[in-house]
Amino acid sequence: MARLDLRGLAKSFAATTVLHGIDLALADGEMVVIVGASGCGKSTLLRLVAGLESPTAGRVLLDGTDITDTDPSRRDIAMVFQNYALYPHMTVFGNMEYGLKLRGLPRAEIARRVDEAAALLGLGPLLDRRPRQLSGGQRQRVAMGRAIVREPKLFLFDEPLSNLDARLRVQVRADIRRLQRRLGVTSLYVTHDQTEAMTLADRLVVMHEGRVAQIATPVEVFDRPADTYVAGFIGDPAMNFCPAVLARGGTMAALAAGAQIPLAGGRHAAPDGTRILIGIRPQHAERAAAPTGLAVTIELIEPLGSETLLHGKLADDTEFALRITGPPGPLGDGMTLPVHLPPEQLHVFDAASGLRLDPTPPGAGVGSGSGQD
Amino acid sequence: MKRRPDYLAHGVLGLGAALFALPVWVAFAGATETAGAINRGDLSLLPRLAGLRSFIDVLGYGASADAGVTIGHMLLVSFAMALVIALGKIAISALSAFAIAFFRFPFRMIAFWAILLTLMLPVEVRIIPTYAVMSQFHLINSFTGLTMPLIASATATLLFRQVFLAVPDELVEAARLDGAGPMRFFLDMLLPVSAPNLAALFVILFVYGWNQYLWPLLAVTNGRLNPIVLGIVRMITTDQITPWNLVMAGTIWAILPPVAVVLLMQRWFVRGLTEADK
Repeated sequence: MARLDLRGLAKSFAATTVLHGIDLALADGEMVVIVGASGCGKSTLLRLVAGLESPTAGRVLLDGTDITDTDPSRRDIAMVFQNYALYPHMTVFGNMEYGLKLRGLPRAEIARRVDEAAALLGLGPLLDRRPRQLSGGQRQRVAMGRAIVREPKLFLFDEPLSNLDARLRVQVRADIRRLQRRLGVTSLYVTHDQTEAMTLADRLVVMHEGRVAQIATPVEVFDRPADTYVAGFIGDPAMNFCPAVLARGGTMAALAAGAQIPLAGGRHAAPDGTRILIGIRPQHAERAAAPTGLAVTIELIEPLGSETLLHGKLADDTEFALRITGPPGPLGDGMTLPVHLPPEQLHVFDAASGLRLDPTPPGAGVGSGSGQD
Repeated sequence: MKRRPDYLAHGVLGLGAALFALPVWVAFAGATETAGAINRGDLSLLPRLAGLRSFIDVLGYGASADAGVTIGHMLLVSFAMALVIALGKIAISALSAFAIAFFRFPFRMIAFWAILLTLMLPVEVRIIPTYAVMSQFHLINSFTGLTMPLIASATATLLFRQVFLAVPDELVEAARLDGAGPMRFFLDMLLPVSAPNLAALFVILFVYGWNQYLWPLLAVTNGRLNPIVLGIVRMITTDQITPWNLVMAGTIWAILPPVAVVLLMQRWFVRGLTEADK
C-alpha cells in the first residue's frame, strides 16, 4: 500500500533542537515502533509526519510523493491520539463518519465503511452512544475505528495505550497488532513502553535526545544493542554495566571488580587497555557454585514468584542485578554470591563513546556477532 | 437512615425566598386593585379577582397617547432588543475569542488587551461619544442604533476565551486531520462543546439586554422603539393621576420574559452540563 520515507527530518523550537535529522524508511505494510524516554522527540517526529508541525529541515515522502508541505487532511494519514480525542458531543457513529462527511463521500459509502469498521472492532452495539458513556477500552476502539474508516495509506499511533489499565493494555496491544496485520496498513507507532514496542514492532526505532540510536528488529535490538543507551533502555530489568579494560589482544576483559573474563567471538579491534563497559542482562548472569573471582554482595531481594531478582554490588561498588529462577531460599541481605558471566552473553561497549564493540572473528567476515545467537 | 429536617436552614431559606418574592407579590396584588384605592394607600396583599382584567388592559395601554404606542408593543420591542443584544454579543465574542485562543497573528495580545480594556468602559461611561457616533451615522431612533452599541462585550469574549483554551489540543488536531477548516471546526466542535456555557451566557446577556434603560432613553426619541422599561417609567406622571394598578400589571409583564428565559435555559444548560464531556 504505501512506503514512508523520512529524509533528514529536523525540528527546532526557538533555540532548542528537538530532532537532529532523522532518516527512516518504512516498507509497505510495515509496523515501525518508535520508542524512547519522554522528551526524546518521538512525539514531535510523529507530529511532523502527520503535518501538525512543520519541520525545520528535511522532507517527508509518502509513496514517493513529497508531502512535507501538504495540509494534514490531504496527506492520507490517520492518527490515533493518546487521549483518543473523540468528539464529545457526537455519537460513536458521528465520530467515525465526520472525516468522511467532510471529504464529501456519498452516504452509502460512509455507512458501508463505518459498519465494516464497527464490525471489525465490535463497536456495532455502541454506535449510538456518546464517548462519555464508553469505557476506556471502548473509547480506544472508537479512536481506532475513526482512523480505519478513512482507509488511509498510513496509520500514526501516539501512545494509544497509555490511558488504559495494565490488563486491558495487554489485550488491546494484541488487538492492534492483529488489526494492523489484517489491514496491512503501514504504521508508525510511538510509545515509551518497551514491552509495547517489543511486541508490536516489525522494526524498532530507539530514539535518544533527538537522534536515532538504533533501528533494527526487536530481537536484534535486544540481542545486539547499538550503544549503552539502547542496552540500558531495552530490557527489564535493565542491563548491568561493569567497567573494565580490554586485555590479551582484545580477547579478555579485566573487570574493575577484579576478575579477568574471556570475551566470545575473537579479537576486539581496540588496543589493550581501552576502557570498556561489559554489559550483561540480569537474567543472563549465572550464580556460580564455586568462587569465580567475581561476587555480588546482596542488598535487596525481590521475589517475583517463579523467579527472584537480586540487587547488589560488585567489589568495586558497581551495581549489579541478577535474576535467578525459583524462590530466594536461604539467600539473605548482606550475603556474598559468586557469579559467572557467560562469554557469549556479554555485550562490549566502548566506555568513552558508549558504542558497541564487536569482535572480528579470525578468518571470518566482519560483524558476525559477539552477542548471543 | 432518615435525617431530621434542618429547621433552621429551612427557616433561613424561606425567609430569603419571601424577601425576594414579596415585592413581586405586592406588585401582583396591587395590579388587581383599583387605581384610586392604591392612591389612597389601600394596598391589600390579597388579590382581587375582579381586578385581574388589568393584566389584559395594560397591554393596550397607551394607544391613545401621542405616539400611540401600547405597552404590548413595548414588550415586543424589549424582547427583540434583548434577543438581538444577547445573540449579537454571543456571535461577536465567540468569534473574537476563537481568533484570540486558536490563531497566532500579529498584535494578538494587543487585540486581547484592547478588548479587555473595554471591560472598564460600560455604556454609561462612554455614553456621550457613543451617542455622537451613532448620531453621525444617523442611527438615532433606529433599531440598529438601539442595539449595536450594546453588543460588543468584553466579558463574554473573556469567558469564551477561557472555555476555548480548555479545549484539548488533541481535539483540535483530530479535527484538522479529519479535514475540518477553521470555521467548520468552530461550528462543528467549538460551539457544541461549549453549549452549556453558551446557554448560561445567553441567560445573563438576555437579562442584561432586557434591563437596559439609559441607552434607550437617549437613543430613542421616537416612541415606537421604546422598550418596556422606559414605558413603565413614562406611565408614572405627575400631571395626572397615575394608574398604579396598570403600572404594576405592566411591571409583572416586564418581569415575565426574563424569568421565562432563565427557567427555560436553566433546564437546557443543566442538561448540557451533564452530557458534555471534555
